[in-house]
Amino acid sequence: MATISAPARPEPAHTKKAAPKRGTDTPFKRRLPLLPALLFVVAVTQLPFVLTVFYSFQSWNLVRPGSRHFVGLQNYIDVFADSTFLGALLNTVVLTVVCVFFSLLLGLGLAILLDRKFLGRGVVRTLLITPFLILPAAGALLWKTTMFDPTYGLLHFVFGTDVDWLSEFPLAAVMAQVVWQWTPFMMLLILAGLQSQPKDVLEAASVDGAGRWRTFTAITLPHLSRFLQLATLLGAIYIVNSFDAIFLMTQGGPGTASTNLPFYIYQRAFQGFDIGQSSAMGVIVVILTMIVATFALRLMFRTFSVQGGAK
Amino acid sequence: MKSRFGPGALTVATWVIAILFVFPLLWMILTAFKQEADAYTDPPRLFFTPTLDQFAGVLERGFLPYLSNSAFVTVVSTLFVLLLGIPAAYALSLAPVKGTSNALGFFLSTKMLPIVAAIIPLYVISQNTQLLDNVWALIILYTSMNLPLAIWMMRSFFLEVPHEMIEAGRIDGATLPILLRKIIMPVVAPGVAATALICVIFSWTEFFYSVNLTAARAGTVPVFLVGFITSEGLYWAQLSAAALLASLPVMIVGWIAQNHLVRGLSMGAVK
Amino acid sequence: MRKAAALLAVLLLTLTGCAGAGALGTGDRTLVVAIVANPQMKDAIELSGEFEKANPGVSLKFVSLPENQARAKITASTATEGGEFDVVMISNYEAPQWAANGWLENLGPHIAANPSYDADDFIPSIKESLSHNGSLYAVPFYGESSFLAYRKDLFEQAGITMPAKPTWTQIAEYAAKLDDKAKGIAGICLRGKPGWGESLAPFTTVANTFGAQWFDKDWNAKLTSPEFKAAAEFYVNLVRNHGEVGASSAGFSECGTRYTQGQAAMWYDATVMAGTNEDPSASKVVGKSGYAPAPVEKTQASGWLYTWALAIPKVAKDKEAAFKFMAWMTDKAYVQRVAQEFGDWNRVPPGVRKSTYDIPQYREAAKAYAQPTLDGIADADQRKAMANPVPYPGIQFVGIPEFQDLGTRVSQQLSAAIAGQITVDEALKQSQEYAQTVGKSYQEVQ
Repeated sequence: MATISAPARPEPAHTKKAAPKRGTDTPFKRRLPLLPALLFVVAVTQLPFVLTVFYSFQSWNLVRPGSRHFVGLQNYIDVFADSTFLGALLNTVVLTVVCVFFSLLLGLGLAILLDRKFLGRGVVRTLLITPFLILPAAGALLWKTTMFDPTYGLLHFVFGTDVDWLSEFPLAAVMAQVVWQWTPFMMLLILAGLQSQPKDVLEAASVDGAGRWRTFTAITLPHLSRFLQLATLLGAIYIVNSFDAIFLMTQGGPGTASTNLPFYIYQRAFQGFDIGQSSAMGVIVVILTMIVATFALRLMFRTFSVQGGAK
Repeated sequence: MKSRFGPGALTVATWVIAILFVFPLLWMILTAFKQEADAYTDPPRLFFTPTLDQFAGVLERGFLPYLSNSAFVTVVSTLFVLLLGIPAAYALSLAPVKGTSNALGFFLSTKMLPIVAAIIPLYVISQNTQLLDNVWALIILYTSMNLPLAIWMMRSFFLEVPHEMIEAGRIDGATLPILLRKIIMPVVAPGVAATALICVIFSWTEFFYSVNLTAARAGTVPVFLVGFITSEGLYWAQLSAAALLASLPVMIVGWIAQNHLVRGLSMGAVK
Repeated sequence: MRKAAALLAVLLLTLTGCAGAGALGTGDRTLVVAIVANPQMKDAIELSGEFEKANPGVSLKFVSLPENQARAKITASTATEGGEFDVVMISNYEAPQWAANGWLENLGPHIAANPSYDADDFIPSIKESLSHNGSLYAVPFYGESSFLAYRKDLFEQAGITMPAKPTWTQIAEYAAKLDDKAKGIAGICLRGKPGWGESLAPFTTVANTFGAQWFDKDWNAKLTSPEFKAAAEFYVNLVRNHGEVGASSAGFSECGTRYTQGQAAMWYDATVMAGTNEDPSASKVVGKSGYAPAPVEKTQASGWLYTWALAIPKVAKDKEAAFKFMAWMTDKAYVQRVAQEFGDWNRVPPGVRKSTYDIPQYREAAKAYAQPTLDGIADADQRKAMANPVPYPGIQFVGIPEFQDLGTRVSQQLSAAIAGQITVDEALKQSQEYAQTVGKSYQEVQ
């Protein structure tokens, strides 16, 4: 008896698991639905990863044929000694932390504004989610040309200065674009959280005479904690890998001021054609991310469950 | 609600903030209707004679094949994600076994490899499997890219299904597919819809793989857009038109489905 | 809902089948052409329907990308012999190296089989830069050197006359005089965008004419030599003081925008810029520019030599058809087609065929820049543009495979110096380190 059978069966199969005690359901059968997805992901992600590790132990310049040879850990040593790599690492951390924080904050603010009935609420919500729906590539180009251009851009028009934002504040410019793109996502998640608050609790609070601020801190925020956690985690995962904005707006410049790790890896692989080093960097990033994520997850779960997040 | 300024003022403030926030987007839409000369003005020009030339130019450059490639890749990969992900989410939520959290952790960890680092191996693999410049390469990659997120999201929706309903179903002797279809899905449908929508957004807008692993035949919409950035000449108005057309399908889908999105996410998005 | 999804899927499958998502052949041979998204190439794409009509059974698919991406894709594909492309657009940087690596098809036999193609009509220096062992491995589409565009009207107003062979010192002087920040006019526009083909191209020519070089004959890196330092300081200071706003991210297209919109008094860049400068649909300064030869200091000339050319990867399947297309795009009749179709002789690809310059209509329409272009290309020779001999080919680039990487990293340092984030000395010091690593690997081989 199959746990995954042809979907068009009209009657429940006469199966041995008629008595649905958890005991007769063997662990294997319970795992079975998981297997297709698991195997698929393993095949598609681990094979390239293994190859990446393999390449990381070689010195290989794609455009100098015959230069490929085994060098052990030399690539890793070179990577850590590369000041640009460390700079890119710093930029990545700054970018992620700042963007997640600000988009969360803005998202929270917008969600609160949206969490009431008012004229045209649907339209406003539609408008506000749109930055997340346009192609990040389109968004990056949009900001580069219509906002940041020192002569023809809107910021120049509004502030009247000749500041070349992309040259003088490259990382900040990229962060502005990323925050703009991700705020709607945060806003939606938080809005979902706000709208799923148990209404009776809120009513009880207002009956008890609790002010808006008090209600917010004592009831809403704890309820939102799960949503904030998810938003932070998801946002961080995607923002760490930000590539489009940097590639299309600043190309990591000037110099390497706005280079983050994904972009630096791309440069070494596709402009330098140094496959060994870029693979080594990829492996290092995986390890670092896993370490950070493990700590962050533990920290978050501990903090929020102590505060008694809603079950 | 004791508000100092009254609901009216708050509404106005909300509107103003919303318009300010999306202003770059509104400007892009405006620019799409300009001639190039009107796009490069200082100060920026608000009034001008609109033209549809840029849109015509975009379509002339062969936008439609890229559009249909994107649509194909997005829809098929999302279907695959649902096909693989729903049973997996079920197993990880309603039928947990030892090792569940490991599996979850594993799925999440696959998102930690910067996709940039894997591109050369992927390129080499695609070459050897004849999948270079082929939509199926993208479909496979996007499916695996979105599965972890989809499984995680759907798992938490599944956790919302009342235990009694499932037990009742099991007692009646339902197999997994029946259980899923008749009992669980109706409850989690908005959540699944939300998940599918997120997958659609991420697949449609994915830039890196599509630009590097496709060429002429399997190019998707981001590839088309990038071709507009020319090293020489003026191009902002055409680019705006292209960006608008490129984003329109997902924008429309998102607008229509935003209720599902919010409702789905609010059904206990995190456990 | 499932039925709807299935229906949708079927619909899309059919749609994509029609759009050619797979390689569902209809018996047609499809040529995939990878090119760089410059205006002249875009014109070729528009005209390509004519080729398809004249050659039924062959259909063309173009992959057109901005320069950096096009390079990355084409290089990755050719180096790994991926076979995605039947025709690739490369430059005189890649051609000799890739020919030596055996990655490109030798075009000699194809050309010999087509006498009307007349490869001898190609300008000699351009032809040579694409050859290996005496045989052409890529056919040039357009060629360029570099020169200085200047606004004759602004010069007249300020009472300055441009000498026939200006020096960089003189140019710096003029830039200072004409720099008008109040009116938003920069004295000169120079590239500052990172990229070995972006800022490093004009910069290296400046370094050459200041007597500097990247490596000496023994592969010692010379980026901290007094000459190189003088050149770097000159370039960086000129751009910072009298250059365009946003210089550190300004490439060819950004400078082009500034100059054609009237916001720069001078612009030192590729000779192809003249096409856009004199295009009434894009430029506000048509007819106002003079073109002076690339400024010099210690050398006879300093213009660079560059050409975008078409080649066939060795692993391409249909080489006959590929060459037919390449021949169509680079033969003598092509310029006539462009002029006819677009009604503007300024749009024809310049700098490759001597016969183009013999056409009276072309000489008339391009009279401001045709001769300076030819002169620039003729003078683009290491012996004329450099003060000392070097162990590598190339004027504005170092013709070794590592240069893409090295050049990009050095140009990033330069761009940071232009943005004022680091000093010129710091930029040169770091660049010297990068260059020394590369130089060492060549010293070991010697």
